[in-house]
Amino acid sequence: MALESQTDVSTLTATQQSVRAQRHVLLTLSRVWAWVFLIALIVFFSLSVSITSEGDVNFLTLRNSQNILIAITPVLLMGLGQTFVIIAGGIDLSVGWVMGLSSVISALLARDLVARGIDPTPAIFLAFAGGIAASGMVGLINGLIIARLKVPPFIVTLGVSFIVRGVALLFSGGQTVAGLPTQLRDFGNESLLYWVGGGANQLHFLRRPEVTGEQLRALDRILGWPVVITAIVVAIAIFLLHKTQFGRHTYAIGGNKEAALRAGVPVDRHTILLYVMSAVTAGIAGLLHSARFSGGSPTAGDPLLLGSIAAVVIGGVSLFGGVGQISGTVIGALIIAVLQTGLVMLGVEAFWQFIVVGSVVILAVLIDQSRDLIIGRAES
Amino acid sequence: MEPVLSLRNILKRFGGLTAVKHVNLDIFPGEVVGLVGDNGAGKSTLIKCVSGVYHPDEGEIQFMGQTMAFSKPIDARRVGIETIYQDLALAPNLNISANIFMGREAKRRYFGGLIKTLDEEKMLSESRRVIDSLDIRLPNFGAQIDKLSGGQRQAVAIARAVYWNARLMIMDEPTNNLGVPEQRKVLDLIRKLRESGVPVILISHTLPDVFAVTDRIVVMHRGHKVAEKQTAQTDSQTVVEYMVGARSDVRAD
Repeated sequence: MALESQTDVSTLTATQQSVRAQRHVLLTLSRVWAWVFLIALIVFFSLSVSITSEGDVNFLTLRNSQNILIAITPVLLMGLGQTFVIIAGGIDLSVGWVMGLSSVISALLARDLVARGIDPTPAIFLAFAGGIAASGMVGLINGLIIARLKVPPFIVTLGVSFIVRGVALLFSGGQTVAGLPTQLRDFGNESLLYWVGGGANQLHFLRRPEVTGEQLRALDRILGWPVVITAIVVAIAIFLLHKTQFGRHTYAIGGNKEAALRAGVPVDRHTILLYVMSAVTAGIAGLLHSARFSGGSPTAGDPLLLGSIAAVVIGGVSLFGGVGQISGTVIGALIIAVLQTGLVMLGVEAFWQFIVVGSVVILAVLIDQSRDLIIGRAES
Repeated sequence: MEPVLSLRNILKRFGGLTAVKHVNLDIFPGEVVGLVGDNGAGKSTLIKCVSGVYHPDEGEIQFMGQTMAFSKPIDARRVGIETIYQDLALAPNLNISANIFMGREAKRRYFGGLIKTLDEEKMLSESRRVIDSLDIRLPNFGAQIDKLSGGQRQAVAIARAVYWNARLMIMDEPTNNLGVPEQRKVLDLIRKLRESGVPVILISHTLPDVFAVTDRIVVMHRGHKVAEKQTAQTDSQTVVEYMVGARSDVRAD
């Protein structure tokens, strides 16, 4: 017996074959459109920025690229955990305020531990551990209510988001926590590599060169620590989602939860872990915020929540679950940041950013849906 | 010959309703047994007792000569009772080998087991082996399940059960929602299972299918087993009479 495909390539007419070829091109295009779109944006802004500024300002510079990378770190970190959660068929609306909570807790700990005479470096480590632990607790609560009590994730994480907001504001007294050790600020603002331009053209590794005056203006930080940390989290996320059983189970739960359960996938435990992960990546974003701005801000993440979900969606992750990749989320975050930076450099009023980003989100989903139309479904 | 599965006096109640009433049933190696009955006759409840979904209130389930007490479906699967449900229990977004290995993925170990990655090559080659052994031909082996036809999905579900050493296969309406050629292919697969010695319990409303592939037919009506016939020695007219309660080999309560 044979369950064979009903079409045989050799019997196809020329027109059928050309339709197939067209479909193939469309399909490939719909898969890589985000890359193409990102490159097109970069080319567009490079040309238009230098034309409108008559060559005084350039979009494609080392400094600007580093600014964009730094800018996307919190959005991307939140998006990474969110990618796992959404692929498994859930959603986490609490990450914005979790980032704020982590920022506040880590700042309070860093300030108070140093004030009690602990050396800044171990104090900062303890502060980071505290921020992560607080975030992980929130994720655990989300996961337990969703997995054990079977309350829809949208509702649970919405409710928890309000609770965490209250807690973060209570801890901080509604203000930015200031007076942090300078080592924390250095960590947030220094980098892996330094480039001294302006004729000197030197590359320094790890250690910031002692430069003053004119040379200071020519100093570029390459791969700031927040970018390095985010890159490490991206690498871990890619490994987990695409190479391990954990990732496979994430897809299986998003594809058919009942089937995963019957096949012996520990669905409840996995779900809890996913929300802990999501909260922890948001927590890391909070730590980096405290370091970069040398202050713990409860409201740091709230405005970024929807941007991070937009990045995930632009990256091709389906809100119905089961579909998506980490690389998509990275590209989604880059597209948003390039759009925002580019529009600012063109002198477009800032409010237009929202209109453009919103349009791109809808466009992205339209393209993903058209892919299903192009492929069609096997006749059953 | 020893029966693979032996049900003794199984009774299952749901509140005031008794869905299965004192049913005895033996299934022997290499046998295909059709379980038929109208909606609500109790056949699904009986089968769910065997597959570990329900726990019978009275009676005994013996499997390979041992008394079983399943508390979860996974308990039944561990001893080799595989149930292929109507909704197939496959993840549509994963490919064939990922589905065959779902929940029991093959892994490579690094650093003394500290880091484990998926062993895609092994899962792929093992999947190919079992698919070939069942003479199933799938045009694009790497395809996601939702790109396959209903019959092909059914075949993947059966291949998964075979790969994990099913010693009893329970199939619930496997030919529903399939085109005629695909129905025939699924029936061929059931015959293939019989040849390899794996007994099959086939639940179906489609009597021609039941007559085409079974050795024995068990009829249920209102919770009772009302008939047990060799397929060759009965006909669909008689089976229908048992199904609607016009005939019975047991006395009614």
